[in-house]
Amino acid sequence: MSEIFLQGGWVVDPASRRDAKGDVLIRDGKIAEGKPSKEAVVIQAEGLVVAPGLIDPHVHLREPGQSAKETIATGTAAAVAGGFTSVIAMPNTSPVADGPNTIAWMRQRARETGVANVFPTGTISLGQKGEQLAPIGSLRQAGVVAITDDGHCIQSAELMRRALEYARMFDLPVLDHCEDKSLSAGGVMNEGKWSRILGLPAWPGIAEEVIVSRNVLLAELTGARVVCQHMSTAGSVRILREARRRGVPIEGEASPHHLTLTEDRVEGYDTSFKMNPPLRTAADVEELKRGVVDGTIRFLATDHAPHCGYEKEVEFDEAPFGVVGLETALGIYLTELVHSGLMPLRDVVERMSAFPSSYFGLGRGSLAVGAVADVTVIDLARAWTVRKSEFRSLGKNTPFEGRELKGRAILTIVDGKIRHDLDVRAGRS
Amino acid sequence: MSGVWQRKDLLSLRELSAEEIGQVLSTASVFKEILGRPIKKVPSLQGRTVVNLFIEPSTRTRISFELAAVRLSADVVSLDKETSSIRKGETLQDTARNLEALQAGTIVIRHRSAGAAHFLAQRLKASVINAGDGSHEHPTQGLLDSFTIRERLGRIEGVQVLIIGDIVHSRVARSNLWALTKLGAKVKLAGPSTLLPKEFAELGVEVVHHLDGALEEADVINLLRIQHERQVQARVPSIGEYATLFGLNSERFKRCKPGVLLMHPGPIHRGVEIASELADGANSVILDQVTNGLAVRMAVLYLVSGGKGVGGDS
Repeated sequence: MSEIFLQGGWVVDPASRRDAKGDVLIRDGKIAEGKPSKEAVVIQAEGLVVAPGLIDPHVHLREPGQSAKETIATGTAAAVAGGFTSVIAMPNTSPVADGPNTIAWMRQRARETGVANVFPTGTISLGQKGEQLAPIGSLRQAGVVAITDDGHCIQSAELMRRALEYARMFDLPVLDHCEDKSLSAGGVMNEGKWSRILGLPAWPGIAEEVIVSRNVLLAELTGARVVCQHMSTAGSVRILREARRRGVPIEGEASPHHLTLTEDRVEGYDTSFKMNPPLRTAADVEELKRGVVDGTIRFLATDHAPHCGYEKEVEFDEAPFGVVGLETALGIYLTELVHSGLMPLRDVVERMSAFPSSYFGLGRGSLAVGAVADVTVIDLARAWTVRKSEFRSLGKNTPFEGRELKGRAILTIVDGKIRHDLDVRAGRS
Repeated sequence: MSGVWQRKDLLSLRELSAEEIGQVLSTASVFKEILGRPIKKVPSLQGRTVVNLFIEPSTRTRISFELAAVRLSADVVSLDKETSSIRKGETLQDTARNLEALQAGTIVIRHRSAGAAHFLAQRLKASVINAGDGSHEHPTQGLLDSFTIRERLGRIEGVQVLIIGDIVHSRVARSNLWALTKLGAKVKLAGPSTLLPKEFAELGVEVVHHLDGALEEADVINLLRIQHERQVQARVPSIGEYATLFGLNSERFKRCKPGVLLMHPGPIHRGVEIASELADGANSVILDQVTNGLAVRMAVLYLVSGGKGVGGDS
């Protein structure tokens, strides 16, 4: 028998409507009732928030095939350091996760080397080529929680329609990186004043909005559940808001960088600010925040996309897209949404635990008795500075280096095991 | 001649002050005078190595930089994509580090990627001069155009400059825009709406899509080449239609001020952006631009090397 006793914390568990001071007992990997035994590891949680383990619905773990960028071991280490107990892994690995064998391999690898729960996704089309459907039924049986062609947004509306119809049979969510490639072609930053100044090829916000609109229409037609990933424009928020008001089964996802940074950051041609979709304008940031607050955008993700240093140390237009996020996202969301007064803590916790768990059917995100003991302990008042040299992730490509944040995960428990203990509290009492 | 110049690099004109631009122009005047002497060489950069790293092909700018460095008594080597290891897959960073290890004091870079000069400047102790980076800037072109206008008209403040062409892809347009507006000129950009997006109006210049009215007011007309032909095909129906709508022909020229200066950064497409007889006519200062380019590039090489006074007291 193993026990962990989190004593005297502020327990925020939206799934069981708990938002009060109290204790949480973990016994053999489950949330338990009653008193701790003498052998229990006691952790003083006075002044700390005890929340269900956080879930990141958008992570690139890079394994198999790109383990110089990240592995399941380092990616999940980064996850728990950032307070995430579960991650949903994108399928753009090498080979691409477009068949059950790759999914089986990833799940096995995650069991052997991972320190957080890894929920894989499969592709929509074979080889992410957007031509032919992947074996979606077999992928489902192999355990994927969603399908997506990741950065290779399906351009054919016909194929996307059939994919949604097909996925609907399994009630499998479809995640879409919304980008009309004919409109975005070659673009490496937002089209606007700054792209004119910097002379970089640019992709306009409408390239996203055209696909968000298409997805709204197709979700409405087919009844399939669709998530518009890492939304970046005010127009996308307005389209989604209108659709959701009508009950269309479509969701939006926010990323820390799109919610806080603007296109002018590209000024020094620093590739730490190169991601897809690109950083947009202050008006977009404002509307994205409004969308998160009013529930138009319900997912709070990272789009954690690690790359090797040397891959990013090139000319701006040559560099790969993407930034890491697992170790900074919680701090960003707490600083920008909670401490700024835009959202109560309870709602942010719900968006990062109970909601993604129920949407993807993960069976987690709760501190109710009997639930799987995935727990994140947060020091809401902890002021800290982002230092990429301290990241567990192999990827150091952060746009937030040096940023002052407030709020940090200090203890992360996965399946009843302590996987991150910033202050070394577990050994103290 | 004391001045405000403190920079190790010349990357863009957007980041320069009017005073810094003024210092380059006045330094260039001194060098132009020297270029008129029988012995055109000064010892200012003796012992300094200047590397011309031209990853994107260029003839005019490269020769101009080579000659400028030679006139300053620097040791000059030039590499292009074919002679550098970039062809073998070496990164720009490694190429540049190797050049620095060979003790290159100044690297002049022409590259197809916007920001390539910034990239080097952030990583090297050597001085970096941007000789054109993608569609971003071509600072020495903006400076030599400003120099030519000032030389011919005696001033830049209040001068009406009309720049016509493929603005969105033009680093020349951007560098001109910054230099001229900082020096007090009134700049108007003209071109098809597909090659001149509306956001340029946020940069302190006027944007027009018709030449009517614009030609009559202009003291200077700078005609830009239609470039990136493949990209342009999706943006204008044909070069012929472009020439019909935006080419400076003799008919249109009659509406211009008699003393209007006609400029072109070259290479010229005769009969497209400018009629052949106008390019060779009395109002054309196209070859003056080339000559002045040499003086301006000498000034820039000299200033980024820490030169404080012409004559070799650095």
